[in-house]
Amino acid sequence: MQSWFFTEDAYPYLPEASTYESIRVNLPNKYYDPDKGADLYHMYLDLWCAADELGLEVMVNEHHQTATCVVPAAPIILGILARQTKRARLLILGNPIANRSQPLRVAEEMAMIDVISRGRLECGFVRSVPYEAAPANVLPFRGMQRLWEAHDMIVKAWTTHDGPFNFEGRWFQARQINIWPRPYQQPHPPIWITVGSGRSTIPVAQHKYTGAVFLAGYPRIREIYDGYRTAYRTAHGQEAPLDRLAYAALVYVGENAQQARAGAEKVLWYMTSNKVPQHWSNPPGYHPPAIAAQIMRGTRGGAGLPLAPRLDEQMARGNVFAGTPDQVFAQIKNFWEYAGGFGHLLMMGQAGFLTYAETLTSMRLFTQEVYPRLQELTASCDSERLQALRAGQPDKEFADLGAFGVEFVR
Amino acid sequence: MQAGVNTIAVQGIDLQVVRQGTGRPLLVLHGGDSPQGLASFLTRLAERFEVIAPTHPGFAGTAIPEHFDTLADLVYLYLDLLDVLDLHDVILMGMSMGGWVAVEVAVRNTSRLSQIILVDAVGIKPGDRDTRDIADIFGLPAPEVAKLLFHDPAQAPSPATMTDEQVTRLAGDRIAHAMYTWEPYMHNPKLRYRLHRINVPTLLLWGASDGMVPVAYAEAYRQMIPGARLVVIPEAGHLPHIEQPDVVLQHVLAFVAR
Repeated sequence: MQSWFFTEDAYPYLPEASTYESIRVNLPNKYYDPDKGADLYHMYLDLWCAADELGLEVMVNEHHQTATCVVPAAPIILGILARQTKRARLLILGNPIANRSQPLRVAEEMAMIDVISRGRLECGFVRSVPYEAAPANVLPFRGMQRLWEAHDMIVKAWTTHDGPFNFEGRWFQARQINIWPRPYQQPHPPIWITVGSGRSTIPVAQHKYTGAVFLAGYPRIREIYDGYRTAYRTAHGQEAPLDRLAYAALVYVGENAQQARAGAEKVLWYMTSNKVPQHWSNPPGYHPPAIAAQIMRGTRGGAGLPLAPRLDEQMARGNVFAGTPDQVFAQIKNFWEYAGGFGHLLMMGQAGFLTYAETLTSMRLFTQEVYPRLQELTASCDSERLQALRAGQPDKEFADLGAFGVEFVR
Repeated sequence: MQAGVNTIAVQGIDLQVVRQGTGRPLLVLHGGDSPQGLASFLTRLAERFEVIAPTHPGFAGTAIPEHFDTLADLVYLYLDLLDVLDLHDVILMGMSMGGWVAVEVAVRNTSRLSQIILVDAVGIKPGDRDTRDIADIFGLPAPEVAKLLFHDPAQAPSPATMTDEQVTRLAGDRIAHAMYTWEPYMHNPKLRYRLHRINVPTLLLWGASDGMVPVAYAEAYRQMIPGARLVVIPEAGHLPHIEQPDVVLQHVLAFVAR
């Protein structure tokens, strides 16, 4: 199993949540102190470099107009890391290409990063979370159509080497496409796409791309992964390799249970801070009408109330892995078996006020004491044995998603 | 004319159309709110007119044609509807987004039209780039939107008191509304340069308390449409036909009798 270190690069120095409507979209940036922000950027870059040195892979992402993630341009962070890291694979998850007016810019940026890093780029494409609609000024309706058309243009730009070609699609047009540089990896960097339902995995599996799932936990993971594996089998007549599936969770490893709990509570800031009102979390066309209606009625998450996810609940759901190295290994192993296996663990290892030192403690413990066992676990496991392990675990029952917004389970 | 909802094939689309009453043809284009909300007002109109009130594709649970993605799709749909029904001497009435569609129809072809009535219509951008001429109803909490749209916000439909089916339809209406109006938001930058082509009498009816497109917006619209008249309706917001149906009806009758 490949493990990836990830932080959203939050700016946590905010006033009381009761004094603002939303942490996203319209929180005034007068609350952002550029001096503190500079320190944070350097701390986060140091953490990613530490991950590289420890033997972890590196993951970055982007959001806009939000204190939860002050990276509105992930390619800039990745450009720095392409130069400063030495060995890690560099995953951007991802480029919000449904919201970009010109996908060619993405094709060019990614090609540059791939060349600078001498072929270490893993290129993710995402539809984006609902709160990105307002900052991007893009209607989320038919976002997946836009994503796939932009993807087609980018891949063709990466793989065409004999001069300009024409691309006049429904959403994106360019008539003289001929990017410089072309990617380092041939025919192009590996592609990842986030998936949030069994159905959404179908085109991802058909392309043999890695499907990444964020925080679906025990309640949703089987439906999504089964969707991928079935689609892969249908399209290619063989089982999906483990490394085609990824799972993102919050992770904190401590020397002892008490230290682990304290660290995990800090990482949980990612969830507890997400105060977002309905008009940002439920833009028209992001969710199908039946889901949007549930949010409008307040019978489903996403209503933007201050969320109060508890650590124990989130651990039980498989959204947080936290404890001593033995405990974390056991938690991941159990989830991995329940899920029917996956090849990538995307670890949000830092959030909120978790310090550099606290983060590094967890990263070291993970790398030294958990990671080798995970690699052993995946190396020794074939598809048949996995299915047998999985069959040994009945479907877990969860009443509902509670206050946990649907936007997290996408 | 038999009252009820008909399905009329236009451009290969099964268009849902309420046809009700007899008299001069009155084509009514609803706004971003539920077309069902118009039912009682249409019944009043049908006492005097042959009412033809289509449901914009995507509203009220109807499908959005795959190739639809802009307001112009509605404009050509209704230009074709006028031809398909071979209507003449038509009074064209549109509310809010429907008013914008009506104007776009009129700047293309008024040969089947005799009069135009615009109720709190959007479609133009009178101010400069820094001016928010039209409230961003997709970027505000629902109670704030209700205050902008209604003189009496208690009149606003509330998801809390609706059935699941009604809320799901409302959510679907919202998607369609956004698809037709998202960018440029609720207006066509070119429209002001085409309004001179409107050569039939035009009446603007406006709720005095409209907070989404205030009366100043109506005044700008009036100045851009040759010979247009503006009547401001007290104690009404963005939907005067809902909040003051009698007053709206009176003005409609007086206008068409001129």
